[in-house]
Order: sequence, then structure tokens, then C-alpha cells
Amino acid sequence: MKSLATTGVPDTFAAVLRCGFCLFLAIFAWLPARADDAGKPLLIAAAADLKFTLDDLVSAYEAAHPGHAVKPSYGSSGTLFAQIDNGAPFDLFLSADVKFPKQLIERGKADQDSLFSYAIGHLVLWAPKESRLDVTHLGINAVLDPVVKKVAIANPKVAPYGAAAEAALQKLGVYEKVAPKLVLGENIAQTAQFVQSGAADLGLVSLSLALSPKMKDTGKYWEVPGDAFPRLEQAGVICTGGASAAEARQFREFLKTAPAREVLRRYGFALPAEEK
Amino acid sequence: MEWSALWLTARLALVTSGVLLLVGLPVAWWLATTKWRGRMFVEAVVALPLVLPPTVIGYYVLVGLGPKSGLGRWLGDLTGHTLPFTFTGLVVASALYSLPFAVQPFTGAFRSVQRELLEAASNLGSTPARIFRRIAIPLAWPGLLSGIVLSFAHTLGEFGVVLMVGGNIRGETRTVSISIYDSVQTMDYETAGRTAAVLLIISFIVLSITYALQKDFRLAPR
Repeated sequence: MKSLATTGVPDTFAAVLRCGFCLFLAIFAWLPARADDAGKPLLIAAAADLKFTLDDLVSAYEAAHPGHAVKPSYGSSGTLFAQIDNGAPFDLFLSADVKFPKQLIERGKADQDSLFSYAIGHLVLWAPKESRLDVTHLGINAVLDPVVKKVAIANPKVAPYGAAAEAALQKLGVYEKVAPKLVLGENIAQTAQFVQSGAADLGLVSLSLALSPKMKDTGKYWEVPGDAFPRLEQAGVICTGGASAAEARQFREFLKTAPAREVLRRYGFALPAEEK
Repeated sequence: MEWSALWLTARLALVTSGVLLLVGLPVAWWLATTKWRGRMFVEAVVALPLVLPPTVIGYYVLVGLGPKSGLGRWLGDLTGHTLPFTFTGLVVASALYSLPFAVQPFTGAFRSVQRELLEAASNLGSTPARIFRRIAIPLAWPGLLSGIVLSFAHTLGEFGVVLMVGGNIRGETRTVSISIYDSVQTMDYETAGRTAAVLLIISFIVLSITYALQKDFRLAPR
């Protein structure tokens, strides 16, 4: 056995050096990787109700504009608003309401003239297909059924669809009774996941998610009357902290084209110009 | 399965353990050798991320390094962009979050080095830098390796901090854990399941390698 003093120590020391060297390389490997990212994809912060809709829109846009990359990130409008306000490098913000984009403009984080309405959303009460509750006919009274233990809504503080759900429950006179059963999703997509997975018995979600491939065939829904909640006008705005303002403008124009409107309509959105 | 998320996470974990090696070694050496009584406050600060919720670390990174703080603006001018919601921001947050996982094993390893050896070297005329390099580091190596691997593995599994300061941007800040969360939220259980399995396997392999290495060191002649 060789003695530690003559070989062991230098060997392990060499290993330390090698290891340290590799880590150094790794650290500096990330600098050029960042430079590559300056190929400037369009970063979109989008309200979670747009999840499937915008994925389709992005595919259509990228097909029509080869070489252009769009990276959507989804969350509740309020979360995305806070992120952009704190310096997140998004180029375009597609909110589920008008309030958050307007606040961004007030705070100088978005371009004043870039505010645009792109869709009007709708709220539905959704239940899994295998649920014995016939939501389509029961309507809002389904939430009062004793078999219902949990009703999912989005967090009203950060999600416009959550605020709409809360308003609708109040307007339809069931809020007091249903309040102990409410579970809050962080955004409308998580809310939909709560009920789609069966963890919640019923959920108030966006029509756009109810019509998405994942939920269309796995559940049934009742459309909450439009006068039960404040209009879900969805607006977008071009952020000043982004790196691709021109691309953002181009995408905004794309949202007004016939093919884009067709996609929005397919997911149950009403469109600003048609609605009088 | 989102490969860009896996690659990003691997890069983040590598860079973070690299940063922690550079920052952690001197701190740990100082903690192991100092006789200063206020040492416990530094040790407490190092251990804070063990008990603080990740949201607290996320909050401080967001507010402390964002465009509204002086430090954030200064760093922003320096790097050309504000730190939250960027890869660099994630590195800073992860390094804070995994700090105890590097510094504590490092400190323990340095403390286990026999003082007599260090003193003998000093008496024979070695400089402190040389003692650190040629005696302390080689003898403490198994513990140092544990610290590197643990901080790497801990960063792999980081979620709360990234959720708060990441912004979920594909290829930039969407790590594997966020991508799983994202897949579940959008009811894509298949992708979530596959990604979770890959992360499980990688974590298992990383930890197996660690224990295998430690075993080698235990069997090494003393």
C-alpha cells in the first residue's frame, strides 16, 4: 500500500483542482449561453385562461412567420402584473382584465398607446363527466348539493376569473353557503386542474379552458349568465421592459387577423369589435 | 418532457455549486478556524435558509435585487438587465438558498482536519495559503465533495424560490420543477409524470454516486 503522504494527497488535490476547473468552466459557459438568447424570442406573459388558445395562436403565428420564436409564460394576471412591475423582461402582457394592463401603463412599465382589447371571456361552472351532478340543468344550485365538498375558484386577489367567480356567487345568492367549500387555485388553469383531476367536485373556470382538448371530453358545464359578473374584457399591452417591442406590435396585429379571431372564437371568446 | 428545462436546471445546479464552492470555501475555513466569539451569528446567518420558507428568500431577492432597490439598479446597470426573472437572478437566489448545504459540510470537513498537522506545517515554515491548499483541502476533500454534491442536488429540487423570482420563461428560467408544476396545472399529466420520473432517476444517480465516493474515502488508508 502506497503511503498517503507520497501519492494520496497529491492525487486528491489534483482531483480538487480538476473539479474546480470544471466548475469554473461551467460558470463561464453560462455567459455565452445568455448571449445566444439575444436571438430575441418574443416573450409573452399571458393570463392562464389563454393556455390552450394562445398555444394554438402561437403555432399559427410561427407558421406564418418562419424564424420567429414566441415564448408564452402563463400565470394569473395579478402574478404576471407583479412580475412585470418588478422587472420581468416580458414584451407583451395579455391580461384577463383591463385593470392590470392599465396599472402597468400608470407605473410606466407599459407603452401608453399600446393598450388593446383582444377578447371577452366567459365564466362556466364545470363538473367532471362522471359526477352525478347534472350541472347543465342544475345551474348554480349544483354548488349547494350536499355531495359537493369542495368548489374550486381562482384566487380573486390575483385572478380576474376568480374575482368574477366570487362576484357571480354573490350575485346569484349562494356565496354565504358555498364559502366554506371554496378552494382557491393560484390561477384559472390550476383551478381547472383541481376540478378536472376530481380533487374538487365543481369549479368555476373560464369557458376557454372548458373548451380545451383536455377538458372538453372529460366534463360538462353550465354557462354562468353574463349579467352575474362584471364583464371579463381581456386587454393586452406592450411592456417597456422587453427587448422585442417591434415583434410584440406585430403579434398584436396578428391577433386582429381573421385566422387569429377564428382561434379565439373556437375557444369560446367573444370578440371586441363584433360585440356591440 | 421539456428538455430545455432539464438542461437549464443542470446548468443552474452546476453554476450554483460552482459559485458556492468559491464563496463557501473561504467562509467555511474562516468559521472552522476563527476563535472569535461572534462566530455563532455568522453560523446562524449561514443556516437561515434551512429554516426560512423559500418564499422569504424569494421575496428578498425580488425586492432587494429588483429595479426598485438601489442595489438592484446598480446590478442592473452593471449587467444590463435587472436580476429577477433572469438566469443570473436564479443563480443568486439558488446560491442563497443552498448556502448551508455547501458551507456546513465544508466547515465540518475543515474542523475534522487534525490541528497538529496544520500547526506542524506552520512550524515548518508553510504560509497559511499553502497550508490551506496543500493540507486542509486534500484532507477535508470528502466533506468538501459532499458539500458540492449536496448543493448541486438541493438546487436541482428547488421550487419555491424559482417560482417567485423565475417568471417561468422557457429556456431562461423554467426549471424542471417549474415545468412539472406547469404541466400539472395544464392537466398534462403524461408530461408531468415523465419529467418527474426523469428527475427521480437523476437524483437517485447523483446521490448514489455521492455515497459511492464517500465509501471509497472511508476505505482509504489513514
